[in-house]
Amino acid sequence: MNALAERLPAFMRRMDPAVVTAFACILLLLFLGSFYSSNFLSPEYLLQQLKVASFLGIIATGMMLVILLGQIDLSLPWVVSVGAMMSSAVAGFGDVGAVIAIPFGIFCGVLIGLVNGVGVAYLRIPSMIMTLATNAVAQGLMVVYTGGFSPQDSASPAARYLATGFIIPTVPNSVLCWLAVGAAAVFLMTRTTFGRSIYGIGNRERAAYLSGINTRRVVMIVFAISGGLAAFGGVLLAGYASKAAQSMGDAYLLPAIAAVVLGGTSILGGRGSYLGTVAGVMLITLLQSILSVMQMPEFGRQIVYGVVIILMLLLYGRERLQR
Amino acid sequence: MKDWRFWFAEQRGTLMAIAIFVVMFIIYSSNHPAGFNANVVQTASNKGVLLAFVAMAQALVVITAGIDLSVGMIFTLTNCLASWIVVGSPIQAFFGVVGVLLVGALCGAINGAIVIYGRLQPIVTTIATGAVFYGIALAIRPNPGGSVDETLADFFTGRFFGFMPASLLTLAAVVLVVWVPFSRSVTGRAAYAVGSSEPAAYMSGVNIRRAKFAAYTLSGLLAGIGGLFLTFFTYTGEAAYASGNAYTLYSIAAVVLGGVSLFGGKGSAIGAIFGAMAFRTIGDLLFVFDFDPLWQPLFQGVVLLLAVSIGAFGLFRIRNRLDWFG
Repeated sequence: MNALAERLPAFMRRMDPAVVTAFACILLLLFLGSFYSSNFLSPEYLLQQLKVASFLGIIATGMMLVILLGQIDLSLPWVVSVGAMMSSAVAGFGDVGAVIAIPFGIFCGVLIGLVNGVGVAYLRIPSMIMTLATNAVAQGLMVVYTGGFSPQDSASPAARYLATGFIIPTVPNSVLCWLAVGAAAVFLMTRTTFGRSIYGIGNRERAAYLSGINTRRVVMIVFAISGGLAAFGGVLLAGYASKAAQSMGDAYLLPAIAAVVLGGTSILGGRGSYLGTVAGVMLITLLQSILSVMQMPEFGRQIVYGVVIILMLLLYGRERLQR
Repeated sequence: MKDWRFWFAEQRGTLMAIAIFVVMFIIYSSNHPAGFNANVVQTASNKGVLLAFVAMAQALVVITAGIDLSVGMIFTLTNCLASWIVVGSPIQAFFGVVGVLLVGALCGAINGAIVIYGRLQPIVTTIATGAVFYGIALAIRPNPGGSVDETLADFFTGRFFGFMPASLLTLAAVVLVVWVPFSRSVTGRAAYAVGSSEPAAYMSGVNIRRAKFAAYTLSGLLAGIGGLFLTFFTYTGEAAYASGNAYTLYSIAAVVLGGVSLFGGKGSAIGAIFGAMAFRTIGDLLFVFDFDPLWQPLFQGVVLLLAVSIGAFGLFRIRNRLDWFG
């Protein structure tokens, strides 16, 4: 094994085996799919998949940052919904509303993220229960808000354009959004002190604190970013479906976590690359698409989905034996 | 320190949970339009017992420093299964009940095996197995329906001696048969040891694998009992994704309210039971005060948020800042 590794070119040796496996699985899925129907390799189909993947990709980016810290953000489902519903509601208020619709949706997400961040970083509440609680509060707020009267729920034109329009011919705008978010995330993670301190905190917060990092502020900001990205994903989803709905975020929590983890990011934090998350997102999207193209009933889809995640993690996600 | 102070320190979380529950229940029953009577207690206990079983299941895993995000789905799966096989002659119904409990335990054992031998993180593992369990539930019950042995169902949801809810007695019996022997056995102590510090437990020669496997399997069994009870209450089975998810989330909330540390090694299933009862009572408080039911989710969320923030008061006791980081 070592002898083989030494013969490989330097750039291949540096690659994370998890990322390589994930990409290999994507190719395998496409290969198997092409047996079923030749459409799987057509550019139209692939671009369509990329478009669907971009929503999950943007949401998973925030989740990845949080997981790198060794925390988890379970408030994602309702932050997605809040982003979608709030931006659609504001879009109802004339011209000003239409302009601030998208920023306002993201702003609401950032606010929820800040509450998460303060609870986790300053009050030292375990993130799993803190984000669960804010999720419940966000849900309660939305139920009360939509229950009394029915606010506008159709997405703003700008959100529709971002989700379904084309600035560059044939490349959907939502893919460009993901590209922008991804580029920013890669820059943040690899080229800034802030990003490096995320990895540091994920490995050992105590050591990061002792080396002079304001760890609590970093944790708080990361949760705010995660909230903002989840809300942005919600805005785009509303634009895609041209309508905001209450439980639209529910279907995104598990895929987001699964995508991040399948991409080789350690759920314990401190380890992982954005390329892996991209691979994970594509893998999940392709898997879902192939299962629905094969017209597998819902129960079969759930079972295959769960089994594939377990099998892939058994392939490369195992922890080292602590002996 | 005297013996009782050690005992008190160990049981503080559980006692807090009992206190919260008692206060909430007094507020609840004293404002209930029907007053405090056997019917009110029966309804409240039937509602609370479901979450109590799931919360106990969650507590067992959390004590080993794991988390089980599939409890709600095991609960849903066993509900669907029970609506299918707990029918027919008394003998058939009996074997149906045994089958349902076995499937629950099997689900837990699968989780345990993947976590122990697959060396995957519990949180990801149970997310994935939860999807599988839900898929199986959906295969059994694509549409809500089915039926259950009604004599059996009425027996377990009725009352003994005219005032004692049977569901509450069953809960007590399960605690006596499952939790008490487990927590006092070597394996049970090992589960606590693994939760406090796995390397230390390993160094002291504790059988880590057996402890974890027992905890996960029993957790599945308890979730299965919960699912069985859901069938007794509703007479039907339904593969409801939202309700399964809600039970998972509420079980975590109940466990935290019940004084079980999410970092493992602290707390007890008894605390989780009272946490679950308190959580249910809080949710129902709004009804007795005649609020719009629209406000219920928000109210429940805010109470949950406040309850978890109480834990932050412990920060004032910390003298060394490095202890912030555990």
